[in-house]
Amino acid sequence: MVTAVIVSLLASAPSQLLPAREQMAFTLGFHILLVPFGVAFTFLMMLTNWRGIRHDDADALLLARRWSKVAAVLFAVGAVSGTVLSFEMGLLWPVLMDRFGAAYGTPFVVEGIFFFLEAIFIAIYIYGWNRLRPWPHLWTGLPVVLSGIGGTAAVVAANGWMNLPGGMRVEFGRVVDVNPFAVFFNRAFWYEAVHMLLAAYMVAGFIVASVYAGALLRGRRDRYHRIGFVLPFVVAAIVAPIQIVVGDVVAREVHLKEPAKFATIEMLQQTGTHVPETVGGVLINGEVRGGLRIPSGASLLAGYSRDTEIKGLDAIPAGVRPGAHLVNIVHLSFDVMVLCGFALLGLSIWFAVGWWRRRDIPASRWFLRAAAASGVVAAIALETGWVVTEVGRQPWTVTGLLLTREAVTTEGNMWLFFAGTIVIYVAVGIASILVLRTMRRRWQAGEEDMDVPYGPGQPLEAAVPEIIP
Amino acid sequence: MSTLVAVILFAGVLLYAVFGGADFGAGFWDLTAGGAERGRLPRALVDRSIGPVWEANHVWLIFCLVVLWSAFPLAFAAIMTTLYIPLGLAALGIVLRGSGFAFRKASVGTQAQRLAGAAFAASSVVTPFFLGTVAGGLASGRVPDGGGGDGLTSWLNPTGVLGGLLAVVTCAYLASVFLIAEARARRVTELEDWFRRRAFASAGAAGVLAVAGIFVLHADSRHLFDQLLGPGLPLVLISAATGVASLAVSQRAAPRVLRMLAVGAVGAIVAGWGVSQYPYLLGTHVKIGQAAAPDPTLWTVVIVFLVAGVVCVPSLVLLYVLQQRGQLETI
Repeated sequence: MVTAVIVSLLASAPSQLLPAREQMAFTLGFHILLVPFGVAFTFLMMLTNWRGIRHDDADALLLARRWSKVAAVLFAVGAVSGTVLSFEMGLLWPVLMDRFGAAYGTPFVVEGIFFFLEAIFIAIYIYGWNRLRPWPHLWTGLPVVLSGIGGTAAVVAANGWMNLPGGMRVEFGRVVDVNPFAVFFNRAFWYEAVHMLLAAYMVAGFIVASVYAGALLRGRRDRYHRIGFVLPFVVAAIVAPIQIVVGDVVAREVHLKEPAKFATIEMLQQTGTHVPETVGGVLINGEVRGGLRIPSGASLLAGYSRDTEIKGLDAIPAGVRPGAHLVNIVHLSFDVMVLCGFALLGLSIWFAVGWWRRRDIPASRWFLRAAAASGVVAAIALETGWVVTEVGRQPWTVTGLLLTREAVTTEGNMWLFFAGTIVIYVAVGIASILVLRTMRRRWQAGEEDMDVPYGPGQPLEAAVPEIIP
Repeated sequence: MSTLVAVILFAGVLLYAVFGGADFGAGFWDLTAGGAERGRLPRALVDRSIGPVWEANHVWLIFCLVVLWSAFPLAFAAIMTTLYIPLGLAALGIVLRGSGFAFRKASVGTQAQRLAGAAFAASSVVTPFFLGTVAGGLASGRVPDGGGGDGLTSWLNPTGVLGGLLAVVTCAYLASVFLIAEARARRVTELEDWFRRRAFASAGAAGVLAVAGIFVLHADSRHLFDQLLGPGLPLVLISAATGVASLAVSQRAAPRVLRMLAVGAVGAIVAGWGVSQYPYLLGTHVKIGQAAAPDPTLWTVVIVFLVAGVVCVPSLVLLYVLQQRGQLETI
């Protein structure tokens, strides 16, 4: 199937399109995994820190301190991989920026402030552990958490604008009558932003919890590891049911506002009522094969009635109708995302029941095994959800205004650039994991003072005692 | 209006050149500090002085990009489709630089640290070189207004290479002066001398390049040459004067004075480029107003800049102050 995708793309598109899209997907897919650590992990860190001060809890304080060192490493990688995305806006999609930068660019200008504040205060927080008094130090973390929310809102605003452009008009190929406020708060803004923010909290919570679930499984059942598990898990478990409700709202909004994307998600060929919800399955030669069909399911979910009409792929003009391979990618990604969401909801309920009955983590080793996998599951949900919104918009870069194949650059050899990017990102990805494992090993061995990007570290003289008399 | 936004954009370029430049330059000295044993002390100082601030300094680059693509989308697209080779390489260099730095501090064992450190230090030299060639390509008017200029000769030309080399050398000079100040604040005399020798060497190299640059610009980009010696002349002279002064007083002056002189030397020459370019955004064919976005977008940039001034600048000052205070405490 992959070959078929490549061949069909190559046949109909400028030669730069495939490498440019692959590169954008790869670098964004990499960066989006780091986003929850900047946005939500910092909140977990503050929460643990707060508990440590409030209840004079040395274990919680140690956790918060160690997490801030992890955050420092991941924030650095996130910052530089985010920078690459800024360059790629022009290197890969110059036509998008040339034509629409005046509108589409403005949410990113706002994002600049949040990124600035985040970078400044995360440095102060991490640097301030030994320098500032406990309460003021804790509060230096607050701007980080708030700017994480603001930054997410700004970047998602730009993405929402690509899905449902507004706040400007196009005249003779140029943007006029820009209303930056309407660009930012476009018709897709609220549902996308809330959905992404909650996703960040789920991903960060479940990933951190899964690390400590692994430790609990290996028999490290002391208080330190229990707090390390329970705090992030509870945050994620509280968010999980909210996210299901929000996700349901998002789907209905997409049904109303982005009918083409909804048809793609539902893999629906013909416009109609009494539309079944197809779970799984693929579209081959204009025919849905496999999958589980729930009668009238999609109509009921979209409008609470069997008579709800849902637009099918046939409603999309033939020239811009997504091909079967795109439909399959979007449909299956959506199903995987929903499946992951419900699995995490189930896990959260399991925990809630256990806690309610015994005031303790469920005793079953199966619970811990599932919890240890929850981080990966949450990350998969994040990635597939992002695929739904991005691939589901194709062939448009800006819905109705700019096709992706028109937006792409005509300069340079994108395959070479892509190859270089893969090599460097794979190296950085592997190194990140190795570095985090090294940190864990040293902590388990009881070594505390280790340098991190922003950490105060040892006095210079202590680092090189033999040189200083 | 568009001129105001261009000034804001250029202020971002200037701040990135000075603060980001000093961080890149620190990587230069890290790279050239010698073997693991010999270079340990200077590297430790580099680590401690740029550790808490490089991320915040790096944001100025993002600031420049977002303002450029929002306020001057035409110019952004033209630059990106012409100078894509140095810009692409700089982007990858930035990834290596940041993650290499973070990994070195967090890893243990000489081998791992050496690998991460090499990635950090080497990309700290390569990245400003490419960004400098971009500046050279821009300043000599090699970016056509429709974009799609020659992928190689737009930056691989005398002015571009001069820009690249000057960027590397001035970053190194700036960092060495900053590090003299850092070493003095920590009362590590050996390091002070170590970096003073390097400050003289890099300032000398910058001087030689500047003199060579006169001939290069005369032959290769006459317009820039005329402008630099016309309206830009006072700034060029200020740059030379503060540069010489920073070396002359490097033995005695307070760290703060030293830093300011070095910032003056580099900032003035970058500002000189800006003045020489005015009123054009690209070469002598696209004026600032011609490339500008509609007014509401420009207003957004101005308002955001003002908000940043109110919110981010005090935060930055807090960061720098805490950093300085922290250094004093580590003795």
